[in-house]
This record gives sequence, structure tokens and C-alpha cells, in this order.
Amino acid sequence: MTEYHLQTPLSGEDVEKLVAGDVVFLSGPLFTARDKAHALIRRTGCPISLQGAALYHCGPLIKDERVLSAGPTTSGRMARYTDDILLLGVRAIIGKGGLPGEPFRGKAVYLAYPGGCGAAAAQQLKVLGVHLSELGMAESLWEFEAKNFGPMIVAVDAHGKDLYQEVRRSAQKPEMD
Amino acid sequence: MREKVVEATVRALQRAETSLPDWVLQRIDEAAARESHPLARHHLQFMLENMRIAGKKCLPLCQDTGLPIFHVQMGRDLSLDFSLSEAIAEGVRIATREIPLRPNAVHPQTRKNSGDNTGPGMPDIILDYVDGRGLSLTAFPKGAGSENMSLVGMLNPADDPFDFIMKSVAERAANACPPLFLGIGLGGSFDLAARLAKRALLNMPGSSVEELLLLERINSLGIGPMGLGGDTTALGIKIEKAFCHTASLPVAINFQCWANRSATEVIQ
Repeated sequence: MTEYHLQTPLSGEDVEKLVAGDVVFLSGPLFTARDKAHALIRRTGCPISLQGAALYHCGPLIKDERVLSAGPTTSGRMARYTDDILLLGVRAIIGKGGLPGEPFRGKAVYLAYPGGCGAAAAQQLKVLGVHLSELGMAESLWEFEAKNFGPMIVAVDAHGKDLYQEVRRSAQKPEMD
Repeated sequence: MREKVVEATVRALQRAETSLPDWVLQRIDEAAARESHPLARHHLQFMLENMRIAGKKCLPLCQDTGLPIFHVQMGRDLSLDFSLSEAIAEGVRIATREIPLRPNAVHPQTRKNSGDNTGPGMPDIILDYVDGRGLSLTAFPKGAGSENMSLVGMLNPADDPFDFIMKSVAERAANACPPLFLGIGLGGSFDLAARLAKRALLNMPGSSVEELLLLERINSLGIGPMGLGGDTTALGIKIEKAFCHTASLPVAINFQCWANRSATEVIQ
């Protein structure tokens, strides 16, 4: 378990060195997208470049350009869009609950931010801008400046290891008496 | 009186969104002290750190400020000359602006957001009548992460309901922000089982031998905080039961995340 402090946008080498179980803190630009933004990006394309980006599954609570609470949402709902998103050059998807690991192989990582910790996350984020604002507060594509955003756990690495899958498999084994 | 209900609604939501009941914090604290997995322990400690920040800065602890669900206990001798649900809805609209809350309530098909967390069926009010002339109002904002993992199983009476619960928790826990609180509705009909499960969350935590044994079994799964492994998968379980048809065995599981938010205001 190694701790990394990385700067976004991320390179292929940044992602390559991360192993499932490592702890990551990110600084630099961070983009949010959830259900509606993903659907819209599939239909009409992405309004901005996501090359090397960290994409955060988050519907933040924001007032007057100030981030009040911004923890992760359940990534599983966006699983159908993983291939599209990684094709745009995204190097890290951040969320909670995990995503199927195969699309990440050789390309990107999945980082788990502690769920429900919206107030703590808000202290590490500032608003830089907003895209697709017609989708409303929770569903817009927000552009944040992250400062030591974390702790995040590498839950799916680019080498095919998936922590959630390992834990779930072990939990689904018959109970021992 | 109407004004008092509106104000109590805002106060209850404010407290529920920015703090956790003491007994919930205590359970997380105890779990952090017991937890043998370092990563799991760090997660539990970060949750407590999140609560300190939310409390100090008066911020919603989670950006998913939930759907507005309320449990109202109303004295039988109390008569109101206004619509209780309309007064609570007004409180929700004010709280959404002032705390503020994230507008979450949308039409189920058009997905259009009302912008104020109200709409047909919202807020959802669970009403009980009690002795006397008082009125107590509990705000129980419910986030989607855990609610989305909830389910009703119409089991065969020959099935073991606890096997169904174990299997469902093993599959679903990671998405529901564990360590979990689990409200179980056992028996009744299709919809009564679900209502019992929601009531079980309101009556948390359980302390019967059956509930404690199930809690122990679930913690032996090793799912851990956020589903990344550990000894702490659930922090509390409550089972509510009703008689069911001789041919049925309905079982409902209402998942609740570690942030088991609620706050009660009493109006005299």
C-alpha cells in the first residue's frame, strides 16, 4: 500500500504505477459527471476535452459558486458508459461502489472516495466553471480545482485487479461454521 | 400552530442534514476502535472527521441530502385547522433554500426537477396517532445510494429468510455506503413488508438475540466500510414483523448507509 500525491491531468505512466489498494490524493482540475451528463455526452459529444482527466461521479451541492458538499455517487449507474468515457482519454474515474474492471485494463484506474463524506470533500474543492448547466445542479458537468483530494483507494487498477470484486467473491462464498 | 410545524420541519432537517444522532456516532467510533483492517479503520475515522467538519461549518454531511421523509406522531386529542402535509412541504421548500439542500425530487419519467424537493407524493409522511395533544416530527432524509439497493423478496414459505438477507447483502452492500443499518420487514404482504422495513429503520437499533445474531453473521462477510474489506459491514439491524398469508413469505430489506440521519422536533 503506497501513498501517491498526483497532479491532474494524469499521464499513462501515472496510471500504470498504481496498484489496487494504493492510496491516492489528486490536485489539479477535476470534472464531475453523473447520469444525465453521461447520457448527453453519448448523444452529442463532450463540450470539453477530457484527455488525461479525472472524472468524478458526483452530484455536488453548490451555492453561490461555493462547494458545500461533494461526496461520490454510486458509479454502477454509469457502468454502461465506461467505454465511451475512457475513449475520451479519461485516466481516472472516481466514485463509490466500483465499476466492472475490464475496460480499465491498460488505460485507466478507478478510485474510491469514501462515500457519504461530502462535507470533507468540499474542503478540498473549488469551482472553476460549469458546463451543461441546463441539466441542473446535481447533473451538470462541474469543473473543480482539487487540492489534495482524497484519501482515495485504487479499487480497480490498470492491470486487471479489482478490490470490490475480490471482497464480493469472498463474501459470497458459503459461510464457514 | 401551522407556523410552528413549518419551523419545526426546517429545524429538524437542519439538524438531520448536518449532524448524526449520538448513538450512531458512538457505533462508528466503537467500530473504528475494534476494526482490524487498517484501510477499513481509516475509512471509519474519515467518516468521523467528515462529521466534525459538517458540525463545525454547519454543512450537509453528504451532498445527497436525500428525499424528504418524515415520521409524525400526532396526539389523538390534537385537531389541526390546516393541512399538515402542506405545512411540512412548506418547511421542506424553506429548508431547501436556506440550509441549503440539493434539489433531488424529479418526475419519474420526464426527470424534470421541481427545484424544491417537493412534488406529488413528496414529502413522504408516515403518520401515527399517539395519546395526548402533542406532535412530534422526525426528519428522516433518505439518500438514493442505499435506497436503490433495497428490495422486497416474495419467498417460498419453505425458504430461509435469513439466507435471502445474507445473499442480498453480500451482492448489494458495496453500493449502499457500508457500514450499513438494515431495516428488515418480515411477513405481511408485498407492500406491508416494505413499510415494515422502513419502520424498522425508524426504530433502529434492534437488540433482540435474533437481530444481534444476524448482525454478527453480516459482519462475518468481510465486506467492510465502502465494500473494500473489513470487519465492519453493518452497525445496526432492526426486524419488524407482521402475520402473512400461509402461502407467502414476504421479506423486505431497506438499506441505510452509515450516515443514518434523523432528527426529531417536539411541538407542545
